[in-house]
Amino acid sequence: MAAPAAPSLLRTAIPLWRDLRVLRVFSQVVFVVVVVLVGARLYANMRANLERQGLVTGYDFLGNPASFDIGERLIPYAASDTYGRAFLVGVLNTVMVSIIGIALATVAGVVMGVARLSPNWLIRQIAAAYVLLIRNTPLLLQLFFWYFGVVIQLPKVKQSIALLGSLFLNQRGLYLPWPVPTETFDGWKPYLMAALIASFALWLALNLIQKRLDRPLPAWWGLGYLLVPAGIAALGWALAPNAPLAVDFPVLKGLNFKGGLRVTPELFALLTGLVIYTGAFIAEVVRAGIQAVSKSQTEAARALGLKPMQILRLVIFPQALRVIIPPLTSQYLNLAKNSTLAVAIGYPDLYSVSGTIFNQTGKAVEVVTIIMGSYLVVSLTTSLLMNIYNKRMALVER
Amino acid sequence: MKRNAYITMGALTAVALVLVACGGAATVEVEVTRVVEVTSAAPAATSQVQVQVQVVTPGERMQTIKDRGNLICGVHGTFQGFGYVEADGSYTGFDVEFCKAWAAAIFGDATKVEYRSLTAKERFTALQTGEVDVLSRNSTWTLTRDVDLALTFGPTTFYDGQAMMVRKDLPATEETTLKDLEGANICVQTGTTTELNLTDQMKAAGAEYTPVVFEDNDAAFAAYDEGRCDAITSDRSQLATLRVAKMKNPDDHVILSVVMSKEPLAPAVLQGDDRLADVVHWTVYGMIQAEELGITSQNVDSFLTSADPVVKRLLGVEGEMGAKLGLSNDFIYQVIKQVGNYGEAYDRNLGPDTPYQLARGQNDLWTNGGLMYAPPIR
Repeated sequence: MAAPAAPSLLRTAIPLWRDLRVLRVFSQVVFVVVVVLVGARLYANMRANLERQGLVTGYDFLGNPASFDIGERLIPYAASDTYGRAFLVGVLNTVMVSIIGIALATVAGVVMGVARLSPNWLIRQIAAAYVLLIRNTPLLLQLFFWYFGVVIQLPKVKQSIALLGSLFLNQRGLYLPWPVPTETFDGWKPYLMAALIASFALWLALNLIQKRLDRPLPAWWGLGYLLVPAGIAALGWALAPNAPLAVDFPVLKGLNFKGGLRVTPELFALLTGLVIYTGAFIAEVVRAGIQAVSKSQTEAARALGLKPMQILRLVIFPQALRVIIPPLTSQYLNLAKNSTLAVAIGYPDLYSVSGTIFNQTGKAVEVVTIIMGSYLVVSLTTSLLMNIYNKRMALVER
Repeated sequence: MKRNAYITMGALTAVALVLVACGGAATVEVEVTRVVEVTSAAPAATSQVQVQVQVVTPGERMQTIKDRGNLICGVHGTFQGFGYVEADGSYTGFDVEFCKAWAAAIFGDATKVEYRSLTAKERFTALQTGEVDVLSRNSTWTLTRDVDLALTFGPTTFYDGQAMMVRKDLPATEETTLKDLEGANICVQTGTTTELNLTDQMKAAGAEYTPVVFEDNDAAFAAYDEGRCDAITSDRSQLATLRVAKMKNPDDHVILSVVMSKEPLAPAVLQGDDRLADVVHWTVYGMIQAEELGITSQNVDSFLTSADPVVKRLLGVEGEMGAKLGLSNDFIYQVIKQVGNYGEAYDRNLGPDTPYQLARGQNDLWTNGGLMYAPPIR
């Protein structure tokens, strides 16, 4: 018992079970213990079931030959390659769809978000209708619409639409002429490197000049970014004995077009669906962000004589971005995860390829952990990058 | 705070992965020490033999089914002719007939079945987790599935083979070969052996092609029908039935005569459910035997007075065939009476009076040049 004579501040302190500091730590410990126990129970249950059925877990199967084909791939892959490589093909397809999708959805979202606040009645209503319609219908339905309703309703191969002579559009995809490296390509590489370095040096130099002058440089100076590296690359091209790149034209051979670059209907429908769907959500995020910037900012900028585009670019957007970035990150993550719906319209993304691997090997637990791990890595990387960007954009408080 | 969250999540993932990886070598090992007496010229030695034994109780599942009062049967839900949910919610199809037959054998009542429609991907997992007792969903019997997935397959109920369907205006006839499909886009459903056979066969034919893989057979057929693919590959039975059921104009398409694989479609139960596996086997054999003897659901009662001992044993008039399986002795009588013999089940779902008009072919009785042959029930 505490000495009653000298009731020091410490002695009369709150009992342990009412001490907020203790409770805080204690509740966290309890939570962790519960999570671990539940996890251990689930794991033991899984192991017991696997054992009962005589199934062996392990990742050894990744080294076995996959012996199935994959229609679209960014790296060389043949049926004789391993399951591990098949996974990689799927991962790269998912990453590609995510990156292109995120870039295009951002553009669509920003344009539509700004359009929703346009003073022009028609533009405003179109943007509002877009957001209303797209946000309130399921993505899977939209993908089916784009795939079965639009893309594969295009003309048949024999009746392909020819654009500009060598660009073909039919229900099997869009075929574009595409440059392929020739034997002199290696000799040209140093020039390409030099061009890259030159444009970076130019950027540094222009920044320095701008700081010295303390006023914006004429816009046409920006052309230098294009002209200087292009000049270097052209010089290298001219010095090479024959062209380092040759254009590969698509030609109808047998049943289908061959050569050139092919954008498949599945990829096109998937990207269209994802971009338009996510774009609608991003539009709302952008609109909210812009509206969060106080109206007096616009008025002040106008009073300073800035043009409407300048107001948006220099005053509104930098401030709106702080509100926009966190919810934007969630939309990016949604897009990456929604890309699993690719399986419904025949695009071989990670989920689709994993499905085939799962069916062939029967390794349910392993395949599911690989899928989860892969999406976790993609998502965490995305949010990590976005958080870094967010930190850079956040209000610097002194 | 945020960085901590990342570290924690990363660590948890790592732990999960490691745990699964560690599970690598675990199997149930029960050491049974058995003394084997060896009689030989050498000094009498006792050698210890270690045998790996799986802990199974062969009759457990059967008891569960009997206690429950119905059989849970995993079937296809959208495959006309084999397993299909009708507009009124009832199930029909060739595979479904066997579910009814097993229920008739076990309970003497063909209606005591609960159906679960399963996708190609779900089907084996549903069996492994015990969600269904038996799988009757046009599944190909392969070594990998038998061993790796720990299943026991029943007798083949339908001898199928993978085939290729193309548009007639390709131009193509039945005689068109796989080599002629050079450069083709080929629609295929995922989660089947079809994908593997396609790869093998096209490689053997030396033809380049692009697979377009769909999760769902309906989507694959729709994409093919719209012209997205030059060809679609699946089991011949599927192509024949779905051509009639799904294509805008069935006559525009032709199924090539080339046989790309052997696809013995068989029911399956989980390895270890031996009693149930026996019932699955002998019910099917009973239906085949009944057809061979000319016993149908119409005339089965007249056979009860037959003097033929084979018929008597089959219908349970004589002998204890049912009792040996833990069933009533007249279990095959019940199956024939309520469901019919093998041929009846076939004709009702796939025969000449159906839109699919699949010839019996390999699925005819051995006495008619087919492969259907039942071991003796005695």
